[in-house]
Order: sequence, then C-alpha cells, then structure tokens
Amino acid sequence: MSTRAVMQDADISRALTRISHEIIESNRGAGELVLLGIPTRGVPLAERIAALIGDFTGQTVPVGSIDVTMYRDDLHRNPTRTPHPTRIPDSGIDGKTVVLVDDVLFSGRSIRAALDALQDIGRPAAVRLAILVDRGHRELPIRPDFVGKNLPSSRSEHVAVRLREIDGEDEVSIRS
Amino acid sequence: MRNLLDTATLSRADALRILDTAEDMSDTQRREIKKLPTLRGKTVVNLFFEDSTRTRISFEAAAKRLSADVINFAAKGSSVSKGESLQDTAQTLQAMGADAVVIRHGASGAPHTLATSGWISAGVVNAGDGTHEHPTQALLDAFTMRKRLYGDDSRGRDLTGTRVAIVGDVLHSRVARSNMWLLHTLGAHVTLVAPPTLVPQDVSAWPADVVYDLDEAIAAAPDVLMLLRIQLERMNAAYFPSEREYARRWGFDARRLAALGADSIVMHPGPMNRGLEISAEAADSAQSTVLEQVANGVSVRMAVLYLLLAGSTTTPATTSTGEERA
Repeated sequence: MSTRAVMQDADISRALTRISHEIIESNRGAGELVLLGIPTRGVPLAERIAALIGDFTGQTVPVGSIDVTMYRDDLHRNPTRTPHPTRIPDSGIDGKTVVLVDDVLFSGRSIRAALDALQDIGRPAAVRLAILVDRGHRELPIRPDFVGKNLPSSRSEHVAVRLREIDGEDEVSIRS
Repeated sequence: MRNLLDTATLSRADALRILDTAEDMSDTQRREIKKLPTLRGKTVVNLFFEDSTRTRISFEAAAKRLSADVINFAAKGSSVSKGESLQDTAQTLQAMGADAVVIRHGASGAPHTLATSGWISAGVVNAGDGTHEHPTQALLDAFTMRKRLYGDDSRGRDLTGTRVAIVGDVLHSRVARSNMWLLHTLGAHVTLVAPPTLVPQDVSAWPADVVYDLDEAIAAAPDVLMLLRIQLERMNAAYFPSEREYARRWGFDARRLAALGADSIVMHPGPMNRGLEISAEAADSAQSTVLEQVANGVSVRMAVLYLLLAGSTTTPATTSTGEERA
C-alpha cells in the first residue's frame, strides 16, 4: 500500500482561488449567490470560497451546509451514518443560484442526494456544483461546473482530502 | 444499535448519538416539507398491549416523517383478546415483514423477551414495559433539558452538573427509572421526591438521592423539576390517604411554582392530572416544557428509528476520514 500526495496547501488554495473567480464570472458577480457545503469537508471548502469571493467582490456571500445523509440511496448497505447539521442561510435559497461544494466527486450519488435535499428546502433559480477533486467513475449523469483538479484514478484507489479546519493540514493524497 | 430496550445499559456515546441525531431531525421538522425519504420501504409495527395516545402517535408520526410504512396493532380487538401469545403475535408480524417493532406491554421485560428470544429478526424499541423502563421518554426529556439549557449550542453536550428532581409516583413509574439511569449516564444529579409509600423498598443501588418532602426539594433549587403522573389505574392500594391530601402535600401548585427559581424548568411526561400532581398555573406557565416534550418526542423517535433501521445489519469497518463518498 502506498500513499502519494497530489495536492499541497499552495495547490489547494490556488485551486480555490480559481474556482472563486470562475463562480463570480459565470454568475456575473456575487449577487443572489448561496454557497452550500456538503459535510464534512465540503463545509470548510464552501466557507473558504465564500471568503475569497467576498475579498474579490466586496460582497458578503451567504454560506451554509446541507447534509445529505438522510437522502442517500446506499444507507442500507453501510453501517448507520450519523447525520450532520444542515444550516441554510436566513435569506433562504428560493430564486438564488446555489453552488454546492464538496471535496471529492466520485460516483455522483452524494450530489444526487444533495439535489433531493435541496428540493425539500426550497426552489433555487439554478444549482451549480464546485468540487475540489474530480476522480471520475461517475455512476449518474452528473457533471461539475467548477473543478479544482481532475484526478484520474482507479476504483481500487482511495482519495483522501485533509483540510486544516478538520485535520490540521491541507493535503490531497491518493492511496493504492 | 439493533434494539433500544432500556437506558440503564445505554452507553453515554450512544445516548449522545441519539440526542445529536435528534437535533438534526428537529431541524428538518421546521421546514415546509417535513418528510424525509430515508426509511422508504421499511415497515414499523406499533405493537401496543397497553393504552397509549401520545407515545403511539409520536412513534407513528416519527416513522411516517421518515417515509416508513406503519402498521398499528392494539391488543384490544385483536387476536390477543382470544388468547394469542406474545410469541405467536410477534411471529405473525415477522411473517408480514416488519423491520422494527415498537412494543408497549404491561409486563416488565416483554420487549427484552421479544428481542432476545429469536422469534423475530426485526429491531425492537421499548415504548414502555410495566414498571421497568420507557427509554424514548427519558431521551426526549434529556433532549428537552439540553435544549432549554444550551439552546442551539446543544450538540455534543451532556448534562453534567444539572440537578434534576423527579417528583411523584416513583414506585410505579418506568419514566422515573429510565430518566434516572439516563440522567446519571449523562452526568446529571438526580433526586427522587415522593411519599415513602411510593418509593420502592430498597433503592440503595440507584444513583439518586431520595427526599420525602417536596418543599425541601424545591428549596434546594433544582434546575429541573419533573413531575410524574399519579397512575390512578395502578393505585390498587392505599398509597396515600386521598387525592386532595396528595395534591396538598405533593402537588406542584402556584405557591410552589413561585418558590421554584424562575430559571428552573417544569416537566411532565403527560398525560397530566391537572389539580392532582400539577396545577393548571404550573402546567401553563412559561417554565413548563410539556408541549416542547411532545414536539421533541417526534424528533427523538425519528432519531431512534433512523439509527436502528437505516444502516445495514452487518457492520464492516469504515474509515471516518476524508475518503471519497461522493
């Protein structure tokens, strides 16, 4: 078993800076934007992107979290997962452009669950997807709008994202 | 977790997991769309051999909010009144494909028998058995206390240092027993307050103090005063001279409400005997959490059903770090 680092802290912050600019560009500014991170590690990523967009535009972007545990289609195949809090900004998501933020995009099933969860909370004008690492192997017709890094991987490999808010350091590594 | 049978053997970690999951469930209950798809295709059977309104409806609401199918079974008007045994009833439910059985039974230990006898493979939730335990009531009470004490900051916290007085018919009360064990596990200090006739003979093994005078207990300024229902259906001996005398000496009335600190909360598991163990002034005061307890009951039972039913029955090892789940 070998572990190889594929992104260091400078790579991660560059990727997040670029994603932030791309979000501003495609949204034509920071208006009507809501960032929702998918727990666990999508939440600090969403907060970092929101802070960067705030720095670049001078506007405050509402940021929250959306837990998808209760909407997963694989609950009965795994040990029981403990849900995480969902925090929707007070301004709500109706009519807004919601950007979902997650660390790794793999099968796409978490994102499908997140879309179902969003539907129970409100009706956004548009939903976009920002991902730090896209490792391929999609099982559903889901495609990210903003990608930090494309990381071709084999199914047997493990991609681990570590973030300083949770793990004390920023690093993406691949283990085979 | 396969079953929830009591709080005496519930670990602190499992208790906090249920309470924290209930916080997330409670958040979803404030949304316009309260229903979650989580337990679609699962069947929950409410097997009630004793009368109940709020517990059965609460479990039913919890199961339905999680999209499970609910089958209600009341012993009255069923084959049980023709003499069918618990085993045959349980195996009938098993054959119909129940994934979880919520059982209330007059005999202490009936849920334990159901869970360990091998009759059924479904998860078993104790919804009150005899004078033994009523674990979901204790969990919703602890949830309510935590919510009042810590508000939105409740997640992950226990009740260390909270002083709780449980007042009334401790002898017959499964609510008192479940609360005492759970509160002890969560670090709270429990005082039982009752007439000597309504305390079990030997409580030396219980993690609680016993006081025989309600005014003395109130003077000690507890953070929580929990009143128990006087179970008139179980008052088959002269435990106290008359209801009026009980109300005067042990009833929580307006005078005692005034003596209790304004920050202390007043709880009652319901149904209340107004004018007996609790006066209308106390029941309807801002310090009373009676309706919050009912609302929180649905969230806590959603959490219990979720934790019992959502996962696979086998438990392979998993990693909790940032592995790909997307």
